[in-house]
Amino acid sequence: MIDAKSYAEIVKEATPKTQEARTLFAAFGIGGVICMIGQAVFDVYAQFLNADEKTVSALTGMTMIFFGALLTGVGVYDKIGYYAGAGSIVPITGFANSIVSPAMEFHNEGIVFGLMARMFGVAGPIIVSGVCSSVAVGIIYYIVGVAA
Amino acid sequence: MRLGRQTYAPDKRAFVTHVADIAGSDEAMGNLRHYIDFAIDCGEWGCASHEKAESKFRDVVTKRLLDSSGSSSREIDCILGGDLINQIVPSSFSARNFDIPFCGLYCACATFGQSLAVASMMIAAGMDKIICCTSSHFATAERQYRYPLELGTQPTPTSQRTVTGAGAAMIESSGPDHRCPEIGAYTLGKIVDLGCVDANNMGAAMAPAAFDTIAAHLRETGRSANYYDMIVTGDLGALGRELLAELLRKEGVCDASNLNDCGCMVFAEGQKCGLGGSGAGCSSLVYCSYLHKLLVSGQLNRILLVPTGALLSKDSSLQGESIPGIAYAVAIECR
Repeated sequence: MIDAKSYAEIVKEATPKTQEARTLFAAFGIGGVICMIGQAVFDVYAQFLNADEKTVSALTGMTMIFFGALLTGVGVYDKIGYYAGAGSIVPITGFANSIVSPAMEFHNEGIVFGLMARMFGVAGPIIVSGVCSSVAVGIIYYIVGVAA
Repeated sequence: MRLGRQTYAPDKRAFVTHVADIAGSDEAMGNLRHYIDFAIDCGEWGCASHEKAESKFRDVVTKRLLDSSGSSSREIDCILGGDLINQIVPSSFSARNFDIPFCGLYCACATFGQSLAVASMMIAAGMDKIICCTSSHFATAERQYRYPLELGTQPTPTSQRTVTGAGAAMIESSGPDHRCPEIGAYTLGKIVDLGCVDANNMGAAMAPAAFDTIAAHLRETGRSANYYDMIVTGDLGALGRELLAELLRKEGVCDASNLNDCGCMVFAEGQKCGLGGSGAGCSSLVYCSYLHKLLVSGQLNRILLVPTGALLSKDSSLQGESIPGIAYAVAIECR
């Protein structure tokens, strides 16, 4: 029987590689389109709402989250993700997808222990690392601010 | 009768008299579309959950077997089988609908091979009619091993698609008058682990186990690979099949010219199913819908069915464990 090391070499050689030219282009293109839609939403709000930039930004984020959640709910977002990869994961619509999809998946286990308990199963690490890094940045900002 | 360290020839003939299968809509549009008995229209199939649907697959194929063989449930000595879900609930939940003793088995996607081998032992022990049934469902397996269905992820170049479907075979101690396949010999698998850790590349993880079992089977029966019209593995997929062929040639076991794989047979080109089908229902669906019919019609005389299993869990992968593989070889032949 072949040893593990030589087998790993055979596997490495035979394994098909990700077609990066195609996947990168798709991620860039579809991710770009999502961001363009976000910018368009921003511009429409800025044009028609009498609000400052901060409010318009928040409203844009909320709108995009709504679209992400809606497209997940009607079963379209996973099909976009099949082609886009990181292009549809990185924008805020992907964050919405990562929360809505487990909520849909686990509703059969009940509202509390299914939906509520498990809806952050995918997004949890993003939230934890986001909170931790914001604390770290806050401390650095404070120290730098005091020094200045 | 023991033929070697892992291989046995049945002391009492065990005939595969009837088969039944059910498949998902993608599977029913694949290469086996002209052979599949019954296809469902959507994944949940009118049930409250995909798990319930998988359980219903098993109800349906078991009932169809009872009908086609004209047996009542009291005549069946045992239902053998399993699936991929925690605590094999689709199997046991389905078995509660029948007044038949139940033995749940688990060897991931190799469960069908394991069931046939155990059925042959049970026939030798004096039982007369046994149902072997394994099932899998794309949606239940995704949740079990991967991500929520609606999460927008991209499959890796080596991923395979879990087959939605089930196959059930009736094993009997006495055969019909007409031509009927029977279990000629079986080789129990050993766990083989060459250190593959990529849970998205199960073909590579299982190929060494398939190699080990096939080599043991041929060595212990004294048969050459050409004795069989086809050596058909369970769900290695295109990559695993290629790796297995390379291992068989490299070690001088055989030239792998009659090697095939159930996973590679299920889906057609262009169905976007990665390197092929996988799952506990993959080998049972392909055998029951397709290979059995070829054996009965005489297009095949002898096959070596080698269902392959990757014995990992989501947690074992996260804990960095490598993937143990297993394969059972069952010779099914018409005398």
